[in-house]
Amino acid sequence: MKIDSGSTAWVLASAALVLLMTPGVAFFYGGMTRAKSVLNMMMMSFVSMATVGMVWVLYGYSLAFSDGGGLNSFIGGLGDWGLVGLETSATTDDGSGIPSLVFVAFQATFAIITVALISGAIADRAKFGAWVVFTVVWATLVYAPIAHWVWFFGPEDGEGGWIGAGLGALDFAGGTVVHINAGAAALALALVLGKRKGWPRDPMRPHNLPFVLLGAALLWFGWFGFNAGSALGANGTAAVAFINTLVATSAAAFAWIVVEKLRDGSSTTLGIASGAVAGLVGITPACAFVTPLGAIALGLVTGAVCAFAVSLKYKLGYDDSLDVVGVHMVGGIVGALLIGILATTAVNEAGADGLLAGGGVGLLGKQAVGVVATLAYSFVVTFIIGKIIDMTMGFRIGEEDEVAGIDSTSHAETAYDFGGIHAGAGAAAPLPSAKVADSAPTKVEA
Amino acid sequence: MKLITAVIKPFKLDEVKAALETFGVKGLTVSEASGYGRQKGHTEVYRGAEYKVDLVPKLRVEVLVDDADAEDIIDVIVKAAQTGKIGDGKVWAVPVETVVRVRTGETGAEAL
Repeated sequence: MKIDSGSTAWVLASAALVLLMTPGVAFFYGGMTRAKSVLNMMMMSFVSMATVGMVWVLYGYSLAFSDGGGLNSFIGGLGDWGLVGLETSATTDDGSGIPSLVFVAFQATFAIITVALISGAIADRAKFGAWVVFTVVWATLVYAPIAHWVWFFGPEDGEGGWIGAGLGALDFAGGTVVHINAGAAALALALVLGKRKGWPRDPMRPHNLPFVLLGAALLWFGWFGFNAGSALGANGTAAVAFINTLVATSAAAFAWIVVEKLRDGSSTTLGIASGAVAGLVGITPACAFVTPLGAIALGLVTGAVCAFAVSLKYKLGYDDSLDVVGVHMVGGIVGALLIGILATTAVNEAGADGLLAGGGVGLLGKQAVGVVATLAYSFVVTFIIGKIIDMTMGFRIGEEDEVAGIDSTSHAETAYDFGGIHAGAGAAAPLPSAKVADSAPTKVEA
Repeated sequence: MKLITAVIKPFKLDEVKAALETFGVKGLTVSEASGYGRQKGHTEVYRGAEYKVDLVPKLRVEVLVDDADAEDIIDVIVKAAQTGKIGDGKVWAVPVETVVRVRTGETGAEAL
């Protein structure tokens, strides 16, 4: 196997960075829930690492990134199931690529986080078993096909998925595949499950804003692997993606807190964390196609638009609990469309010229097609999957369990024990079935 | 005997405690409380959504005292807990019929 060792090292590190984003999402979302449901929220992200990781190796990678024969425009085949035969192959034969398994691992972390992102829409109320089933079915029927549409390129020009290779729409690191996809799916699930009891009348304030900031920080850190790693090499394209991931995020975080200051009177920690994530989402599809100045413009627009988009749910009446739609779907759409305006081949010959670089409106049109196709497919198929799960096993916990708190009713745990009245002697004692009792000496009758 | 109850701003506890100790009060009970008076809570904003937070965190300080000391102790508490801003809390006293020290069984003023 002939490979480029520098590129291999960078993509290996990037895969680990992207995997760290999923616990990052867990903290980002977990801090935003109420104290009685933080564990369930974090568990929904973590379990995606458990299920989707296996799905990806078993057949998910194959469905997304192998040749699908007659259906190749829409879905891959099962030729690479179990990664059988990939152990000694590389992405290219001339020694400029990386081992196939490194690419598989890198892409696995994308599938995992995309599923985890959806969970923010259904905080506090989803039956855990139903969510576990959903992660497997959704990764198979929604994520793998869309990844194939956008990111599978065959050996010949124009061969591969219909959006990327066929149409020529650009998505460097996952604006459509990851963010619009997760956002549209989140909207569908929020509609299937319905509003939380008491929403929007009761205040459902974030219980731990430092967690939210910690999660946003882990996401920003990991996102350098997500975007710059998507160059699949240690090269100039990775450098462009890296600096743009930095500065677009700066701009979006700044834009969000300025909007807050002007609209609400105070700049908030939740706002700066949300703005940073919105900026990361926005720059994702565009990171290797725009200049750093273009990235600042993109970040400012995305941050400001998303700061307003999160209020939509109150007007439209859907309980997207943690704003997956307002941040990921809207941010993804803004980023994907701005490629059509800001992209320039001056930074990356593999890209295209947008409106401002003299490329006309052609690219913008292609971007719009990619966006609409992803939105429509993800929303419709997710809605159907959600409905079927709801009708067969039930997707929502009982009202009483929801009010009492999903952590204790679904997971038999609570997140916090800060002392106080309930921590004293007698408040919690091991059940007779627990080990402590078993090991106690038994009385022997004389 | 009287039971004096003071609802105060949490950050004023140290000053109130110190002032009571200086006066010679031997013991007190503190518990967390929430509520509102004329101050009526406050507003918080999360991602543009405004929430009215009605119940404000406070501390409840309870002291059992001799009738003769009651007025002075109330003065001591009020002076120590005052910031002059809205939300400083309240202090009140009610008569107490019986007090027993659990360890010794002493009753009345002996038990204070």
